[in-house]
Amino acid sequence: MTAPSGYRSVLSRVRHLGSAKDGVHHWWMQRLTSVALALLTLWFVPSVVALVGADRAAVLAWLGSPATVALLALTIVAVFHHAQLGMQVVIDDYVPDEDWRLLAQIVVKLAAVLMAAAALSALAFAAFKG
Amino acid sequence: MRGRPLSPHLQIYRPQLTSVLSILHRLTGLALVAGTGLLVYWLWSAAAGEAAYACAQRLIGSWLGRLVLFGWSFSLFYHFSNGLRHLLWDTGRGLSLPVARAAGWAVVVLSVALTLGAWIAGYAMRGGGV
Repeated sequence: MTAPSGYRSVLSRVRHLGSAKDGVHHWWMQRLTSVALALLTLWFVPSVVALVGADRAAVLAWLGSPATVALLALTIVAVFHHAQLGMQVVIDDYVPDEDWRLLAQIVVKLAAVLMAAAALSALAFAAFKG
Repeated sequence: MRGRPLSPHLQIYRPQLTSVLSILHRLTGLALVAGTGLLVYWLWSAAAGEAAYACAQRLIGSWLGRLVLFGWSFSLFYHFSNGLRHLLWDTGRGLSLPVARAAGWAVVVLSVALTLGAWIAGYAMRGGGV
């Protein structure tokens, strides 16, 4: 079908948006994070429902447990990883202009990292300093 | 790009359960991305101090805050339920039309039931007060 990939440079493989040999990576990571999030949701939703109307002391007490810190950190990382994978597909589908598409992808990827960092930082401060 | 056929042709495409649920999966995904802002803000306010947390509580507890939270929770439960349907498809199961439709209705029922259940539990948690 195609020439043995060993004879072709990486650039030649990706130049015309052909295979760069990571075809299933995006798909696989989206599924992997969705399985993680499905499980984490089973913990997250009841935890947050139990905090409805709670004062700050109750929230800090919740965040003071190692299990909460671990699970919430995992949730934050999985949420923003999954979110940027999904947004990437939406942008690929609906932004036809190449320049705008690239700009949108950059903004989404950086915003996801920024939001995750903000959430993890808040979690650390609330858990250890609050 | 110009002149190429687009699929589905929305002007002549009759909406059906499977197609509506499909676009709803994407729309709720986008809503969840927007909702992460609220989650990060809430965590951040808890880390920041009493005044910031009280402000966040007022904002989220207002009728507009609750409306947004209601939409966000439905988006979460819908994306969760329909995500499970997608994971089932990924195993190669449930792809026939009757099963896809039945699973689709199951997703509708499950996401509505989970949303109502979470809100009833949330209000009960507050001791019935508004």
